[in-house]
Amino acid sequence: MKYAIVVNEGPFNHQASDSAYHFVKHALAKGHEVLRVFFYYDGVHNGNKHSAPQSDDRNIVKRWSQLAETNQIDLTICVAAGLRRGIVDDILAPGFRISGLGQLIEACIDANRTVVFGD
Amino acid sequence: MTDATEASGGTSVTKRFLYVNRKAPYGTVYAIEVLEMILIAAMFEQDVHVAFLDDGVYQLRKGQTPAVLEMKDFSKTYRALEDYGVEKIYLEKESMEERGLTADDLVIPAAVLERKDMISLMDSMDVVLSA
Repeated sequence: MKYAIVVNEGPFNHQASDSAYHFVKHALAKGHEVLRVFFYYDGVHNGNKHSAPQSDDRNIVKRWSQLAETNQIDLTICVAAGLRRGIVDDILAPGFRISGLGQLIEACIDANRTVVFGD
Repeated sequence: MTDATEASGGTSVTKRFLYVNRKAPYGTVYAIEVLEMILIAAMFEQDVHVAFLDDGVYQLRKGQTPAVLEMKDFSKTYRALEDYGVEKIYLEKESMEERGLTADDLVIPAAVLERKDMISLMDSMDVVLSA
């Protein structure tokens, strides 16, 4: 199965990012393909390299970067949503890139399933 | 999912996209950012459908004056959807009735569906993006 994943909420204040991460990790472990993880709305904050949670908590941003590095997952942040919230190239965590909404539509078209994480 | 909706790669594929709007227009950012997604899907020449339910029905309410809140009145953009080839607009009957809205209160005409038919509509889609 080829999946497109959409993350619509920021890290820590909503479980959407955690759920998406676990879904992607386990989908890959089961041999599925994840075409793209697209971050929209406050989801763009998932790519902020300045995120520094307390040491006894999970590091959501770093976790995404590690997943991307290990599995060559495409982590795309929406440019328009990102600009509104100050998420620009200079502050991107490793493995993330910024691109347009067309990347979301393209992933939805190419995937067998689109899974949205958010309210 | 049927074979017809299996991905074949590239953008020559046309899929049925449904955008589900469930939030009031100015309390959160969702409404305006859904609108941005709709316009892009239309540019990709997809079969775009837009549904409004729960507080989302308020997005189409006439007479919005968000300027007093220093917010942009994007309700005008709904009227421009037709120019982008987005003409399949649906409202949930129960959501309208619960909020005392009628077709006369709306900025654009829309098909009014009962909740059970809204479910069938969602079932018939390839991609459902909601907020």
